[in-house]
Amino acid sequence: MDNCKIEISGLRKSFGSLQVLRDINLKVETGSVVALIGPSGSGKSTLLRCINLLVIPEGGRIRVGDDAFSFDGNAKLSSAREQARFRSNTGMVFQHFNLFPHMTVVQNVMEGPLSVKGMPKAEAEARARKLLAKVGLSDKGDVFPNKLSGGQKQRVAIARALAMEPAVMLFDEVTSALDPELVGEVLGVMRDLAKDGMTMIIVTHEIGFAREVADRVVFMRDGVIVEEGPAREVIEHPKEETTRVFLSHFHNRG
Amino acid sequence: MISYTWHFEVVWQYSRLFLAGTGVTIGLTIAVVILGLLIGLVAGLMQLSRSAALRWVSWAYIEMFRLTPLLVLLLWFYYALPMLTGIKIDALSASVITLSLYGGSFYAEVIRGGIISIEPGQSEAGLALGMTPARVMRRIVLPQAIKRMIPPLMNQSIIQFKNTSLVSVLAVPDLLYQGQIVAMDTYRALEVYTAIAAIYFVVLLPLTVIVKMAERRLAQSN
Ligand SMILES: Nc1ncnc2c1ncn2[C@@H]1O[C@H](COP(=O)(O)OP(=O)(O)OP(=O)(O)O)[C@@H](O)[C@H]1O
Ligand SMILES: [Mg+2]
Repeated sequence: MDNCKIEISGLRKSFGSLQVLRDINLKVETGSVVALIGPSGSGKSTLLRCINLLVIPEGGRIRVGDDAFSFDGNAKLSSAREQARFRSNTGMVFQHFNLFPHMTVVQNVMEGPLSVKGMPKAEAEARARKLLAKVGLSDKGDVFPNKLSGGQKQRVAIARALAMEPAVMLFDEVTSALDPELVGEVLGVMRDLAKDGMTMIIVTHEIGFAREVADRVVFMRDGVIVEEGPAREVIEHPKEETTRVFLSHFHNRG
Repeated sequence: MISYTWHFEVVWQYSRLFLAGTGVTIGLTIAVVILGLLIGLVAGLMQLSRSAALRWVSWAYIEMFRLTPLLVLLLWFYYALPMLTGIKIDALSASVITLSLYGGSFYAEVIRGGIISIEPGQSEAGLALGMTPARVMRRIVLPQAIKRMIPPLMNQSIIQFKNTSLVSVLAVPDLLYQGQIVAMDTYRALEVYTAIAAIYFVVLLPLTVIVKMAERRLAQSN
């Protein structure tokens, strides 16, 4: 019995003549954390965005939970409604937070359940307040996002994604835009999520965090997966020369 | 300078006509602003559609109306269109249709500009939650965009208010048309046209103050 929450096979994507993803195959076990690392432009964000259809692949197949999309042949592009339903099952957190500035913090977190699931307002608010408490922001529910620090904004963004009770969470360099002293609080929330058994794919340059929290590490370069394996093994004893060269940039830090 | 004795009493004597004319001008403006905004919203959204055909149709409409003088459009809709369609329309309808379409072409550009000024990350965050593109537009993008659109839309509406004076050439009894009648009646062109200019000015002055305030508020909130 296959115990994979996410299964990607033969995924391809190009922008014009630039091939950004070439034949990506990846499986993520239920409840496991995968760290996706690689140099700039290697296609990490594109892969993540393909998984929740913010970018539509040209070929291959993506399965998240019981929901699968095939992009091969001339299978006509799915309707906006079907895509939306698929996306509602994957939570995504962005580098630049992308909170809704015209809504308060609690309204941001309620928005998904309210307008996608049609949940009654009281129930959505109760859920949102509980999630805000979970990310340590129970006192910030009624302020607008522009009153928050970067680390607080990112924790709200995580709560907003969690409010949809997604099957998986996707994180795209969520600490890259933060001041160094604010990185820890966001990583802390992600660490808790991992402990709770959330299935996650994390694109990150925090190699130390990847080694500590991730079960597996995937190293990408030029649109292909170069190396993949248990986190400690890949980070401490990479098999491929390109992985070694890439990781050597972090040895003074991480 | 020649000496001239002002006789503003004639304006008073005809105050009923001026009032009626002002009423028509304001009513016409309200109608063409509302209709124009609806047309502009549709055309602006069509500009952002994924369908190339919709984009082309709205582009053709917008440019056709933006680049033709309003007076030419008014005469065309009133005199030329009926020859084409065989359906005669009265001057007021022709005025409302023309002004709404003309205003709509300018509103469409403001609305399109307001929408694309919202950073794509906002739409992506909405889509990522599982919202449909239409819902993202309604719940996330438009509420933010409208705030930015309000000052330019109000400026455009002020221009529309002044544009309505052109309908007097089709004998729609607006403020200017009534004034022309009074001027011919009384030979008091100076008083009459001065009064008309003053009425336009007095109506628009508070509106421009409101636009300025809205612009300042917006600048602060950004
Ligand atoms: N929408 C797009 N249109 C055209 N090119 C794109 C688009 N999105 C990404 N690319 C290109 O695809 C390549 C891979 O981009 P991607 O953002 O996936 O890389 P990345 O691994 O996330 O890099 P980084 O670490 O800098 O975030 C880059 O060369 C990028 O310029
Ligand atoms: Mg990236």
